[in-house]
Amino acid sequence: MSWFKRLTKNISGERKELPEGLWTKCEGCGEIIHRSQLELNLWTCHKCNYHFRINSYDYINILIDKGTFKEIDKKIRSVDVLNFVDTKPYKERLKEAMKKTGLNEAIVTGLGKMNGISVVIGVMDFRFIGGSMGSVVGEKVARAIEKAYKTKNPLIIVSSSGGARMMESALSLMQMAKTAAMLTKLAEARIPYISVLTDPTTGGVTASYAMLGDINIAEPGALIGFAGPRVIKQATGKDLPEGFQRAEFLLEHGFIDLIVHRKELKNKLVQILKLLLEK
Amino acid sequence: MSKFVLDFEKPIIELEQKIEEMRRFANSGGVDLSEEIKNLENKVEELKKNIYSNLTRWQKVQIARHPDRPYPLDYIYLMMNDFVELHGDRYFGDDKAMIGGFARLDNRTVMVIGTQKGRDTKSNLYRNFGMPHPEGYRKALRLMKLAEKFNKPVITLIDTPGAYPGIGAEERGQAEAIAKNLFEMARLQVPIIVVIIGEGASGGALGIGVGDRVLMLEHAWYSVIAPESCSSILWRSWDYKEQAAEQLKLTAQDLIKLGVIDRIVPEPLGGAHRDHKEAARILREILIEELEALSNIKPKKLVEMRIEKYRKMGFWEE
Ligand SMILES: [Zn+2]
Repeated sequence: MSWFKRLTKNISGERKELPEGLWTKCEGCGEIIHRSQLELNLWTCHKCNYHFRINSYDYINILIDKGTFKEIDKKIRSVDVLNFVDTKPYKERLKEAMKKTGLNEAIVTGLGKMNGISVVIGVMDFRFIGGSMGSVVGEKVARAIEKAYKTKNPLIIVSSSGGARMMESALSLMQMAKTAAMLTKLAEARIPYISVLTDPTTGGVTASYAMLGDINIAEPGALIGFAGPRVIKQATGKDLPEGFQRAEFLLEHGFIDLIVHRKELKNKLVQILKLLLEK
Repeated sequence: MSKFVLDFEKPIIELEQKIEEMRRFANSGGVDLSEEIKNLENKVEELKKNIYSNLTRWQKVQIARHPDRPYPLDYIYLMMNDFVELHGDRYFGDDKAMIGGFARLDNRTVMVIGTQKGRDTKSNLYRNFGMPHPEGYRKALRLMKLAEKFNKPVITLIDTPGAYPGIGAEERGQAEAIAKNLFEMARLQVPIIVVIIGEGASGGALGIGVGDRVLMLEHAWYSVIAPESCSSILWRSWDYKEQAAEQLKLTAQDLIKLGVIDRIVPEPLGGAHRDHKEAARILREILIEELEALSNIKPKKLVEMRIEKYRKMGFWEE
C-alpha cells in the first residue's frame, strides 16, 4: 500500500506525462529510473508499482500480438462546428494536439490479435486534449463497437480521459448516449466487452462506455470517477478521504472487477477472453 | 407576481407596476383611465416581445434558473391527474432530487420522472438543489423498468444543475449509475419523451435524457457543462460565464440546429415563470400529440429508431 502516500500529495490527479530523456524520476517514490528499465517494466516503477501514463500505441504494443494490429478509421478528424473560442480557438487546440501527438484524435481503434485471439481494440490517449471525448472519439468508439458486432470479435477499450470535450458542448454529451446505445447491440449479441480504466478516467467517459464493460479492469492507482477531485472538494468543502477515487477505492466499493498490473494485463485479458469464448 | 426580478426584466416589471397604480387610482377616484391603461398594456406586450426574442444566451441561462420557474411537480399537477408518487431505488434510499410515479395524461397512463429543485432554502436543502445522487438515477431506472413492464410510456422532465459532485455520490458510483441509465434507456421497450424544462447540465441531465423525442422549452439550456464551470476550467476564472454561455451554444434554438433536440416547446410571453398554467397547457398539448405519434410504433422498431437516432449524433470529417 506504499503508493497511498503519494495519493495524498497528489490528490488533484495531476501526474506528469512520461518525460523524454535517459533518466526519469518516479512520481510515486522518487526513485531515479533508467529508461531501459522503465521500458522493460512497461513504464511502471519496479520499486513502488507506480504506473506512468503511456500513449495509445504503447498500449497496443503491450496488448496486441506483434504485426497483427490493423488500424481503422484513422483519418476521421474533428470539425469545429460551434466555432468555439475560449482563451484559444478550438481549431488551434486541435492542430496543436495533432502536432504534439502525431494522432488525429484522442483514440486509436483497430483490429488485432491477443495470443492469437482476434479482438477489436480502442485505446484512448490522454495527451490529445486531455483524452476528451468529442464527436470523433464517440464516432470511433461507435464504429469499433460496430466492427466487433459485425466480426463477432470481443471488444476491448482502454480508457484515459478527462471526460466529454467542452469545445463540442452538447455534441460531446450526445456521444455518451451514442456509445452506450451502441453497446446495447453488442450486449444483445452476447459479444464480450472488456473495459480497461487507466489513469485518469473521469467524467463523461466513465459515465458511459468505460463503466459499461461486462468486466471492468483498472490499473493500480488509476484515478477513476465522475466528478473530478477538485470539483468535489469545492462543492463539499470537505477534505477527501485517503485513496479517494483511486482504482483500489472503486474495487472496494464494487465498481470494478479487478485491478491488474500493466505487466500482467495482456495475460489476464487473454485468460478472461478464453474463459468467455471457449466452451 | 414575483419578488425576484432579473435585470433585463426590470423595464417590464416597472411598466406593469405603473399600470397597477393607474388602475388603483382610477378605481378609487372614479376617473376613466382605460385608454391610457390600454396603451400601456400594449406597450408592455411590445416590450416583452422585444426583450424575450433578443435574449443573449447568458440571459436564457438566468431565465432557466429563475426561482419562480415551474418545476416537474408543478407541471405534473397542472398537466396530469391521479399522480401517485413512487419512492426509492430499492438499494440504498430515496433521492428527493429525483421524483417519479404513474399519472394520467389525457386518456393515457404514463410514467413521469423528473429532477426536482426546491423553492426556498429549506426545500432546496431537502431536494439537494435538484442534484441527484446515484440512488436518484437508480430510482429513475427502476421506475422506467416498471413502466416497461406494464407497457406505459415514459416522460422525463429535466431541470438540474448537474449530478451531485460529492464523496458519497462517488462511493456509490455516480458514473456507473448514469452510464447504466444511458444503456437501459437506449433499449427500453416503451416510448420515452424527454423534456428539458429548465437547466440541462451535463451527464446529470442526460442520465434521464435519452429518448425517442427530446423536447426543450424555449428558454431552457442544455450543455456538456454549466457556463460557470466551463469558465473556471477553460478561462481559469469564474468571470467568463457570459462568454462561456455564448461559446457553448446551449439554447434550444442552437441545439435544434445541431440535431441534439427534436422540438422547441414555446413558453408564454415573458417566460414560463410568469405563467405556470399557460406553460403547462402548452406542454400538455405537445406531449399528447407526441405520445400519439409514438404510440403506434412497435417496440422493436422504436428501439431500433432510437439507437439509430443517437448513432448519427455529431459532426466530423474524413
Ligand atoms: Zn516508484
